[in-house]
Amino acid sequence: MEKVDIKQIETEVKPPVASKGVVGWARANLFNTWFNSILTLVTLFVLWKTVPPFFRWAIVDSLWFSTGEACRGTEGACWSVIPANIRFILFGFFPYQLQWRPLLAMVILVVLLFYSRDRRHWNNSLVYAWVAGLFAMGLLMKGGILGLVEVESTQWGGLPLTLMLSVFGLAAAYPLGVVLALGRQSKMPAVKALCVVYIEMIRGVPLITLLFMSSIVFPLFLPEGVTVNVILRAQVAIIMFTAAYIAEVVRGGLQGMSTGQYEAAESLGLNYYQTMRLVILPQALKIVIPPTVSQLISALKDTSLVVIIALYDLLKTTQSVLSDPSWMAFSSEAYIFVALIYFFCCYFMSSYSRRLEKELDTGL
Amino acid sequence: MQPNQDKVQRGAPPATVPFYNDPKKRAILFQIVTLLMVGLLAFYLISNTLTNLDKQSIATGLGFLQKESAFEIGESPIPYSAADTYGRALVVGFLNTLIVSSVGIIITIILGTLLGIARLSTNWLVSKLAGVYIEVLQDIPVLLQLFFWYAFFYNILPSPRSALNPIVGVFLSNRGLVFAVPEAHPVYKYMAIAVVVAGVVIYFLRRWAKQRQARTGKIFPVLRVSLALVIGFPLLTWAIGGAPTAMNVPVLKGFNFIGGTNISPEFTALLLGLILYTAAFVAEVVRAGIQSVSKGQTEAAMSLGLKSAQVLNQVILPQALRVIIPPLTSQMLNLTKNSSLAVAIGYPDFVSVAGTTINQTGQAIEGVALMMVVYLTLSLLTSAFMNWYNKKTALVER
Repeated sequence: MEKVDIKQIETEVKPPVASKGVVGWARANLFNTWFNSILTLVTLFVLWKTVPPFFRWAIVDSLWFSTGEACRGTEGACWSVIPANIRFILFGFFPYQLQWRPLLAMVILVVLLFYSRDRRHWNNSLVYAWVAGLFAMGLLMKGGILGLVEVESTQWGGLPLTLMLSVFGLAAAYPLGVVLALGRQSKMPAVKALCVVYIEMIRGVPLITLLFMSSIVFPLFLPEGVTVNVILRAQVAIIMFTAAYIAEVVRGGLQGMSTGQYEAAESLGLNYYQTMRLVILPQALKIVIPPTVSQLISALKDTSLVVIIALYDLLKTTQSVLSDPSWMAFSSEAYIFVALIYFFCCYFMSSYSRRLEKELDTGL
Repeated sequence: MQPNQDKVQRGAPPATVPFYNDPKKRAILFQIVTLLMVGLLAFYLISNTLTNLDKQSIATGLGFLQKESAFEIGESPIPYSAADTYGRALVVGFLNTLIVSSVGIIITIILGTLLGIARLSTNWLVSKLAGVYIEVLQDIPVLLQLFFWYAFFYNILPSPRSALNPIVGVFLSNRGLVFAVPEAHPVYKYMAIAVVVAGVVIYFLRRWAKQRQARTGKIFPVLRVSLALVIGFPLLTWAIGGAPTAMNVPVLKGFNFIGGTNISPEFTALLLGLILYTAAFVAEVVRAGIQSVSKGQTEAAMSLGLKSAQVLNQVILPQALRVIIPPLTSQMLNLTKNSSLAVAIGYPDFVSVAGTTINQTGQAIEGVALMMVVYLTLSLLTSAFMNWYNKKTALVER
């Protein structure tokens, strides 16, 4: 008897159908005002007009493994451009038989990145692991010792080049940026002026002018007979550029520190280097994690600019595939593929930064 | 260091302290060493450069600007031919940079604001779509987007013969966008002047209205009157000037269109890529700005009896803009700097023209220096504006 009663009561106090379930959700989120209702209908109409044709183009009518000629007859996407040229897109002119080496280098990098995600692994041995890993990557790419055939850096290309330019660039730019930020905050006028001029000058010009500088002006700076590899020159330009932006981000963190922190460190008898290393930087760098990550993301995207000085990074290898007449018409497919690679790298970084921000939040 | 700070510090150290333990003397020594090192490096690089230039017998200086350029530029807002000087070619490039950046900035602000508002919309569908757009477009390199649009225009769009014709007088083909423009007539020049005059009148009207409102509390409908002026003045000029209606309509002749105004695929791809990319960032800036104004402000303004338009204009916007403008300016500067990527798709902007000049004359140092100076000047002007604006809108704490 009682059971029936409760059930009856439950049915009686049930909210009206229109305010719960799918209908209620739609009313609250899609049709809550007349303007929103119109907006929803218009958006749905636009989606209905665009998504099914795109789906048809990308999935239903598409070809995945075929020749370029076979693609011409079809209405849909020709994804075949990617599997047919995947090794050139990913590795560029790296000798075909040796392409396991850049692949292994990328695997090392990905393993290191995934291992570093967990903050419990952040200790000294991780630093050594990174140093060893980066060294191993360089060794795998270059070769020349340990029975590995030497590969000229002019043959490097594709995804490994993009990743190396970004990872080595970031690894070098970060400490340089911190030093520049400290210099800008320094009480010594000469040091401060130098840092301010450097940071403002670099931030005032596009990266591409620095790349031009590295590729055509820099050779003039060197004494005769000395040449520096073009990849290294581009790498230095990227480092110089990124460092200036990181310096500004770090400065924000330094300015966020209260003077009490400096005074406390001083009263403990710490000198400048101890104060910075033990008190100020650990806190300042922590507050600027989110803007730092967005700087790192733009640095990753900016490496694509080396296309302009004719380095064969991921974007350039894709372009050279598209200059082949049989694949020329399928640029959208190839570019979408490259865009997806960049998107996943950046998305991984930004979502990780959001997580880290939450974890490091001390509630202050 | 200021004298009163010296007093607070320990004063002159006792003579027994060696100079390397005296912070002041150590700082001076450290600075001298730094400057010396930087100076030596600069001297080394400059002397190397001079030797190298001497060996390659490249003349230094800007004399090459007076020489005949001997290259054509695809599109130019001022008359230009291959017989003109490098100097004029660079001016054309600079003007092209200015055109693409200013058009881009205007459209980006509009699109970015709409996206930012859409992201905050209570409409779940619209908000999520805007979120996806912002996340995806931010994470794809702008150069890749430029390549994508450029290839899109060349591969996907039909040839002029079978051009798309969405509206009467507008044709879209792989040669770019062609549309009808009014036939040249002197009245259009006067209409442009009328717009400027209207702008000046509105400026003084606003000042007067503000002062009157502060004095008497009476509100003058500035927005409606301004709109009427901006539309009315040129219209009146047009009517007085004889109201010409002749249009210059593009016609297909041979392989391309004749007449009308043509926007090249390079320009369109560059503009589209820059706008879509930067708008994603602007949307985030606008969203953060709007969210920074607390809800209590709206409620307080409404409880004072302000109408919703007044709430927006007098309370919300002034506070939101203070947060929005600084990052917005830096996004606009980014757009301007990114417009240098035009060189990758063949639009003749400043960097592209300077690049051609370097290739032809071998004046690499001067060319790259010119590029840097141009962008540095733009950045410094922007930051000067920013400082002025920050000072003007800084909160006066009481």
